[in-house]
Amino acid sequence: MNSAQSRLSLLLLFTPFVLWLALLIIIPHIFMLLVSISVKTGVREYVTGLGNYMVFFTEPLYWNTFTRTAFMSISATLLTLLIGFPVAYYIAKLTRGRTKTTLFLMCLIPFWVSELVRTFGWMILLRETGVFSSALQYFGIVSEPIEFLYNDAAIMIGLVYTSMLFMVVPLVTTLDSLDDSLIEAGYDLGGNGITVLREIIIPHAMPGIVSGCIVVFMLSLGNYLTPILLGGKDSLWFTGLIYDQFITRFNWELGSAFGFLLLILSSTIVWAGLKLSGQSLTNTVGR
Amino acid sequence: MSQPTASAATPSSAAAFDLECRDITKNFDQFTAVNNVSFNVPTGTFFSILGPSGCGKTTLLRMIAGFQTPTSGDLLIKGKSMIGVPPNKRPVSMVFQHLALFPMMDIAANVGFGLRQRGVPREDIAKRVETVLERVGLPGVGSRHINQLSGGQKQRVAIARCMVLEPDVLLLDEPLGALDLKLREHMKIELKKLQSEFGTTFVYITHDQSEALVMSDQIAVMNHGQFEQVGAARELYHEPKTAFVAGFVGEANSFTAKVEAINGDAATLVSPEGLQIKGQDASGNLKQGDQAKVFVRPESIRLATQANELDNVENLNQGIIENILFNGANSHILLREEKSGGELNVAIPQTGQFRDLAKGDKVYIGWEAAQTRCYQTEG
Amino acid sequence: MIRTLPQSNTFKWTYRAYVTLFFVYLALPLTVVCLMAFNDSVFPSLPWEGFTWDWFFGDEAPYIGVFNDRSILRSIGTSMFVAFWVSLLSIAVGTTNAFLFVRHDFKFKEFFYILMLLPLIIPGIILGISILVFSNAVANNLENATGMWFDGLRPGLPLVILGQFSFIATFATLVISARLEKFDRSLEEAALNLGATRMGAIRQITLPFLFPAIAGAAVVAILMSFENFNTTLMLVGSDAPLTINMFDRLKLGSTPVLNAVSLLLIVVSALLGLASLLFQGREKSN
Repeated sequence: MNSAQSRLSLLLLFTPFVLWLALLIIIPHIFMLLVSISVKTGVREYVTGLGNYMVFFTEPLYWNTFTRTAFMSISATLLTLLIGFPVAYYIAKLTRGRTKTTLFLMCLIPFWVSELVRTFGWMILLRETGVFSSALQYFGIVSEPIEFLYNDAAIMIGLVYTSMLFMVVPLVTTLDSLDDSLIEAGYDLGGNGITVLREIIIPHAMPGIVSGCIVVFMLSLGNYLTPILLGGKDSLWFTGLIYDQFITRFNWELGSAFGFLLLILSSTIVWAGLKLSGQSLTNTVGR
Repeated sequence: MSQPTASAATPSSAAAFDLECRDITKNFDQFTAVNNVSFNVPTGTFFSILGPSGCGKTTLLRMIAGFQTPTSGDLLIKGKSMIGVPPNKRPVSMVFQHLALFPMMDIAANVGFGLRQRGVPREDIAKRVETVLERVGLPGVGSRHINQLSGGQKQRVAIARCMVLEPDVLLLDEPLGALDLKLREHMKIELKKLQSEFGTTFVYITHDQSEALVMSDQIAVMNHGQFEQVGAARELYHEPKTAFVAGFVGEANSFTAKVEAINGDAATLVSPEGLQIKGQDASGNLKQGDQAKVFVRPESIRLATQANELDNVENLNQGIIENILFNGANSHILLREEKSGGELNVAIPQTGQFRDLAKGDKVYIGWEAAQTRCYQTEG
Repeated sequence: MIRTLPQSNTFKWTYRAYVTLFFVYLALPLTVVCLMAFNDSVFPSLPWEGFTWDWFFGDEAPYIGVFNDRSILRSIGTSMFVAFWVSLLSIAVGTTNAFLFVRHDFKFKEFFYILMLLPLIIPGIILGISILVFSNAVANNLENATGMWFDGLRPGLPLVILGQFSFIATFATLVISARLEKFDRSLEEAALNLGATRMGAIRQITLPFLFPAIAGAAVVAILMSFENFNTTLMLVGSDAPLTINMFDRLKLGSTPVLNAVSLLLIVVSALLGLASLLFQGREKSN
């Protein structure tokens, strides 16, 4: 292949890539940044300034919702890791053949279904007239219906549920690649369950842990459905504020500023996670 | 160490053995992997278990390490039963087939792993790690990563990682299998040297007879879950007790034949093609009319161009050279024996006398009855 | 803690119980959604009032089944329309991207590769609002300049398609690149050597090899498009795709017709997923 032809094919392949990335990702974000730093001074009159960001920092509701969303997302991520790791380990190391495939598929199936349906399921389970409340009454444990919905625990259950796949799959993949003889060697040299877990299994699974955590964190932070439906009106989730500013109040300037803050928060935490664990974006998310 | 005299129940001679297996059996669902195996390994011995793949040697080794539990039988290390003792509490260490060095740690952390588990103080660990690395000939590599080592160096790190714990028995699971031929030859000698230097009991399993023959003080030949014979390399080679050992250890020509007459040790047999063979009853139970398997080693067969050069040999035949396999000191000829039409592999003596042999030549071949070992076969 | 290590029975059974509990947790919400689709009650909740098919086939208010519910049927159509275009755009750009990153070396390739991954780590709702802000600005400027209307740039299906495509293209790129990397280039060279043109070699040798990955990416794109909510929510106009329609009804409180829709969704996506797995399994065994 001569070099002119090569340059032509490079150009032909580069065009759709650039169009996609520029028109749908980069330029829209630049516009969002521009909108977020324009402050409305009158009808169709704007000046450039950080006024929208000042509103965020001076209004405790916005600021609190922001930190609360971040904190809850981090908790949901850690909880997903804690719940998912033993299951992933079980699938990867304690089963084989058909059982392994079946269990792995059983982990995947719920996630081929829309998040909305999954959340709907939790609503049926948790609400006042729901399955749990009825079951407790049926067995005579309580006499009145109980509302399990519309609290932080409900949000947490929903977030962990919705993110589980994105934790279990990378964990199973990395744990699967750990040679059994390394674990045996750890025991043979006098290690016990805890030291082998700490010194051999977890270091090996680190890329999977990081990639799972990044994705789960991102999904929780950017989630709208689960907090709104399971947490109710007062769920105080930051994406809810963005939606309000854009759709209900039509204050796009403030909404864009909020959007940018959320983007900065998520990028910072992803970056910190990668730095702390010594991984790169390409070998965790880009697989 | 200073046991009270009350422990007379265990004979004092037991302490002379680092490892004792008593009637060890391991059954899997339908299949007996290890069948009633008993043996003792004296302190400081290089003990090999040699057998084809699937003979149960790996299962046996993993039972000693504690990764599998015997169905029945007892297993003692330094006179103490190991049944029910988990692998991390046994005074044995294992060099794994693919070494199982931890890629998430540097070399010093690998070698120090076992000491850390025992709660040895940090400075002591560093000192002992460096000492053992020196002993295996790798001083100062502690901070390197495993991938920076050659195959032979990795081998030595794996051994160092075990030896730093001063185990009573070191188990080795075919660790040379992954190396290329030249390095393997080198590591055989190296391993033997390390063993005599450390003075630790080694239990080594392999399917490669030359590894076993070169390194071991004692070899157990294993087949179908049982020990066929235990002995020094020379015994196995020259006095194999069973047909399997005769065929598996070293090279041999083999025939099937029927026993015509038996007189003490001396047997006269006839092959289906009518070739008469004089041999020695190696299994000690041959009777007239038995089917037998007959083994003759290639270097036991003498070559001659004249019949009278082979005066005192009981078996004298003629054959036509079909192929010459030149391999320096280890050259062979393949010839077809005239009467039976069977193929024979004969070593060429390196005296220069047979340098001119060529394909198609007719030669005399002869071998002594004492070098012709016969074993009873079923059916 | 692996099969070959002896474990105490207590540990073994506790571990098994935990894993079982986990799968119960996974299955529970979907199970109740499906069961309630057959409850003869106008609310998707207990008590159980008896078995009925009305939420699928009923045509008398309030027992309007899925197959007689105009607005649900229309929104399924909308979702399919969106999914079709998203999947088409995604596999087209995914394929060219795969060739770009696997076959070519250029300046700042690493940097561009990270840019390509960015949509994965941008929250969906932000992708939605940024595209909304941008397209709105473009529409305003165009309308001011030309005096014509540009409805395609206002919230509506074209924006929904672009919004979903913006991040699904990355998934398609990753899936297709993974397979292209496994391609043995000497096959293409052999075709050239036998007289094929460059494009001919790619069309006859490389694309058939890539086909399973492209088909897989298309299925993934359709599933992701169908279930997307966050990005769609910010860009949707008057034609609501299924998830948005269901969300609106869910907020107001709805009859078990939603359960019936969900059950159908579960069945269809399970079938699609299984089909793609079987397809990949067959490819692997070849």
